[in-house]
Amino acid sequence: MADKVKVATASLAGCFGCHMSLLDIDERIIDLVELVEFDRTPLTDIKEIGDCDVGIIEGGVCNAENVEVLREFRRHCKILVSMGACSINGGIPAMRNQYQLKECLEESYLHGMGVEDAQIPNDPEVPLLLNKVHPIHEVVKVDYFLPGCPPPADTIWTFLEELLSGEPIEFAYRQIHYD
Amino acid sequence: MIRHFTIDGIKVPFQERQTIMDAAMAAGIYIPHLCHNPEFRPQGSCRLCTVKVDGRNLAACTTPATDHAEVKSNTKKLMAMRRTLLQLLFVEGNHVCPACEKSGACQLQAVAYYCGMLAPEFTHFYPQREVDASHPEFAIDFNRCILCELCVRASRDADQKSVFAISGRGIHVHLTVNSPSGKLGDSDFDKHDRAAHVCPVGAILPKHTGYDVPIGKRLYDRKPVSMVGDVSDHEED
Repeated sequence: MADKVKVATASLAGCFGCHMSLLDIDERIIDLVELVEFDRTPLTDIKEIGDCDVGIIEGGVCNAENVEVLREFRRHCKILVSMGACSINGGIPAMRNQYQLKECLEESYLHGMGVEDAQIPNDPEVPLLLNKVHPIHEVVKVDYFLPGCPPPADTIWTFLEELLSGEPIEFAYRQIHYD
Repeated sequence: MIRHFTIDGIKVPFQERQTIMDAAMAAGIYIPHLCHNPEFRPQGSCRLCTVKVDGRNLAACTTPATDHAEVKSNTKKLMAMRRTLLQLLFVEGNHVCPACEKSGACQLQAVAYYCGMLAPEFTHFYPQREVDASHPEFAIDFNRCILCELCVRASRDADQKSVFAISGRGIHVHLTVNSPSGKLGDSDFDKHDRAAHVCPVGAILPKHTGYDVPIGKRLYDRKPVSMVGDVSDHEED
């Protein structure tokens, strides 16, 4: 049996909606697993990413751990795909860039409604937030962008089919939207 | 005698004093544009209508048509340049389409779809301009403004009010409101003004009407801007 294409996926500052949209390809996932083998992804138990052909990233970069994971993916993947509005321009989470990080933390953990024993989490296990949320292409080189919040399953499927078959990547008008 | 020029090989008739854009629009040929609206004097700020006229890059909206000119618009190079311009507009503002009530009926977004922009690949500016919600019926999100000046021109030329102006220099250029407090609520702005209905993006928005149109039925959901036309063609007072 020929080696299958190795695919890894990750959610950084994402909502897992892009992964749900990937799963919205429904029964076509059976065709997909004929062609690909999943490495590290929220759908498998693999903790460390190995060498992969394709890495698909959902979510922007909002904390130190996101940066580490993203760089790991870039190191191990021949092709890196930025999937969804968040990884492309920060998305809804980047609306916090309107405020100082300090203001956000204080609102959530000190002055928010119903907060008891108010304190901002300070354990070294918790990754520190970055001052701003960033698109992933501001941290690593990105090879392909799949817009949408989330990208429709058909768009993701078209992309994977064309990528795996070596065809040029082209989308129909209604496959592309930013919302 | 009718004079002609060609756009991408198509013969287009024109009359005295018509621009390339005017003649193309009259002939039903779409040239991407954002700051142009035939109701108002063209100004050439968005540069999306840049076409090649006898070998030179010129804005179709401000360039007079000339006899026998050879105009190229739908070329790979010009479309790539338009995608770059669109990316610049996207990173300069906060264009969070998933959280914008203009999504699906926004000309910036529609032109970006038409030109095949998949992502704004530059470093994002994330401006922090405050929203002006002082008016009872309209709000302005200055982080979505693309400085097309259509509201400025509409308020000055159609409404005779001059509610809006552009001020500042360079990246600090921004839309301002002509009122003692600088707030829209303290200006002469009215919901029936032409200026209230010409914004091609989600900057000047009516309140209490967001997300009225179901997904799939919004202005640009089914057909591209080249077939649907401008946002302002579909706005009612």
